[in-house]
Amino acid sequence: MPSFDLQDAGVRELNAYLHSDGSADQAVTVEHPGGKHNVAAGAMHDTRVDIHGHVGYYCAGMNDRALVTVHGNAGPGLAENMMGGEVRVRGNASQYCGATAHGGLLVVEGDAAARCGISMKGVNIVVGGSIGHMSAFMAQSGILVVCGDAGDSLGDSIYEARIYVRGRVSGLGADCIEKELGEGHAAELGALLERAGMDPDPSGFRRYGSARQLYNFRIDNVSAY
Amino acid sequence: MANKIDPSWLRESAAFSRPVIREIQRAAREGIYDIRGGGAKRTVPTFDDLLFLGASVSRYPLEGYREKCDTGVTLGTRFAQKPLELSIPITIAGMSFGALSAQAKEALGRGASEVGTSTTTGDGGMTPEERGQSRYLVYQYLPSRYGMNPVDLRKADAIEVVVGQGAKPGGGGMLLGQKISDRVAGMRNLPQGIDQRSACRHPDWTGPDDLEIKILELREITDWQVPVFVKVGATRTFFDVQLAVKAGADVVVVDGMQGGTAATQDVFIEHVGIPTLPATRLAVDALKDLGMHREVQLIVSGGIRSGADVAKALALGADAVSIGTAALIAMGDNAPEYEEEYNRIGTSAGYYDDWQEGRDPTGISTQDEALGRRLDPVKAGHRLANYLRVLTLELQTLARAAGKTDVHNLEPEDMVALTVEAAAMARIPLAGTDWIPGQGGF
Ligand SMILES: Cc1cc2nc3c(=O)[nH]c(=O)nc-3n(C[C@H](O)[C@H](O)[C@H](O)COP(=O)(O)O)c2cc1C
Repeated sequence: MPSFDLQDAGVRELNAYLHSDGSADQAVTVEHPGGKHNVAAGAMHDTRVDIHGHVGYYCAGMNDRALVTVHGNAGPGLAENMMGGEVRVRGNASQYCGATAHGGLLVVEGDAAARCGISMKGVNIVVGGSIGHMSAFMAQSGILVVCGDAGDSLGDSIYEARIYVRGRVSGLGADCIEKELGEGHAAELGALLERAGMDPDPSGFRRYGSARQLYNFRIDNVSAY
Repeated sequence: MANKIDPSWLRESAAFSRPVIREIQRAAREGIYDIRGGGAKRTVPTFDDLLFLGASVSRYPLEGYREKCDTGVTLGTRFAQKPLELSIPITIAGMSFGALSAQAKEALGRGASEVGTSTTTGDGGMTPEERGQSRYLVYQYLPSRYGMNPVDLRKADAIEVVVGQGAKPGGGGMLLGQKISDRVAGMRNLPQGIDQRSACRHPDWTGPDDLEIKILELREITDWQVPVFVKVGATRTFFDVQLAVKAGADVVVVDGMQGGTAATQDVFIEHVGIPTLPATRLAVDALKDLGMHREVQLIVSGGIRSGADVAKALALGADAVSIGTAALIAMGDNAPEYEEEYNRIGTSAGYYDDWQEGRDPTGISTQDEALGRRLDPVKAGHRLANYLRVLTLELQTLARAAGKTDVHNLEPEDMVALTVEAAAMARIPLAGTDWIPGQGGF
């Protein structure tokens, strides 16, 4: 089982390994990440990566296929622009986690800070705790599930992404409204919670999405621009 | 019967000229600001306000067409394992698929490749047409991240982190719904037919310290192979260039206020940013101040039209220039053959700038398939290559006349300024004097 101790090895060595064909179907452990940035950035094979400790910025950035677990907290931009695979943080994640991510599953077992899922483009994000303000800003597609509370301006200028929140929402952003949570939605939500390893009971959640009023410029909406 | 008006009796107001009156009337009618393509139309100090001195008794020229005058340039020598080796110091600027048709993107790739230079993607991602036809393709990393993915990132010959554009420094973008075809929508993960906003700042970094980590991330993902450019709109150019260098850029791209855009508010295009002329000097000052001139390469853009513009940018210290609008014109934009069709959409060849509308009769700034098919990528690419060759020949002509065996040996000392403004901005003496405003008394 390949192992990288980031006290000795560089992040570059780890990432180069994760980009090599040799990393396919391997289980890799990373010790002493020490808050370093760009740990496991751009992993592209079916690799299991277990990081024991805290990471800095952009951990698992652009992840494609790999299963990355941070046994600690993550700095800003966790799994930004991720394409597929799964990224999980046992602790909390700083701002912009899952930004612009296109696919895969991102699980934050603790809380996520501001701008969680900003501009998300197809990823599914499940947060066990609460999220900060301006989350899902301009979120295009994918699903954001929040088991705790959501901060101000949730889903501002949202497009087609779907948001489920169990706790309190401090405020909704422009063009984001509460929507009916139908059976199909409950099934989708339950399945996602289960995949994320959370309590799969969808009851108590509310759904939010786009009112689609700002999709084409209209001068009558000028106060919203 | 109305009295006959003699036009010579009419006195147009400088403040309320006919275009100004027309704009007020339009605003009152439509209730929305004017959005258009192209760059600033106002007069600003430009490279036209500089002249070359040419050789004389104290300098001797090189024989035109005979003696060697190199034009090659290497971009990204600082950190990348594979810097871009271009045959000419003129590159094609980033213009998005979405703003431009797939045929136009392909033609840009063909034209650039024919003469050994690079082309650039844009907001909207990389198309197979342009990757396939571009020998050197720069992949833009924009705030919207439309179409961004690691597979295409690794196919790029360089990455350009776009902080801003000269036409709209501090502004985002908008692709109007009528230009959102199924293909454009698919590449951007959005429904067809809705307006697509491009954010004005990146979603996952804010200041220069974050940018440094972001650049490292891009290098990590691409295994340090290709150069990372940082593009800024010209505003606080001295500081922006220094911060970009400190953040680890291999190449800095500075786009002046004349720089074209696909769709921006007219008020933004005309009133924000500084011209390319002072921006070039400020950028070179910033690099020299850090001891990084020529270590980090400088590309300038915004209003480059001729070999003279290229030569003057290089003489001020740029390593290369980039062109957008001129490349579109070379491919066929505003061609007089389409005059009737231009008239039908309320304009005339030579004035068309509603690139945001998608009704371009030449098939360049459109997503309408029938219009797009009018542009033959092979022929349009060849026209672009011809134009790039002319720019290069003009550049060499001026460099040889100044006695240079490499176009990059042109220097400020080879030039004088025609106006006090240009002398001050470029820090080049006013012709016939040794006076540079702001330096050495009056
Ligand atoms: C049609 C069009 C589309 C553009 N799209 C982009 C873009 O997607 N990203 C970007 O950084 N700049 C974009 N630009 C700006 C160009 O990259 C470049 O900065 C500018 O065109 C240079 O000025 P010039 O047009 O006077 O040569 C666009 C410009 C035009 C004309």
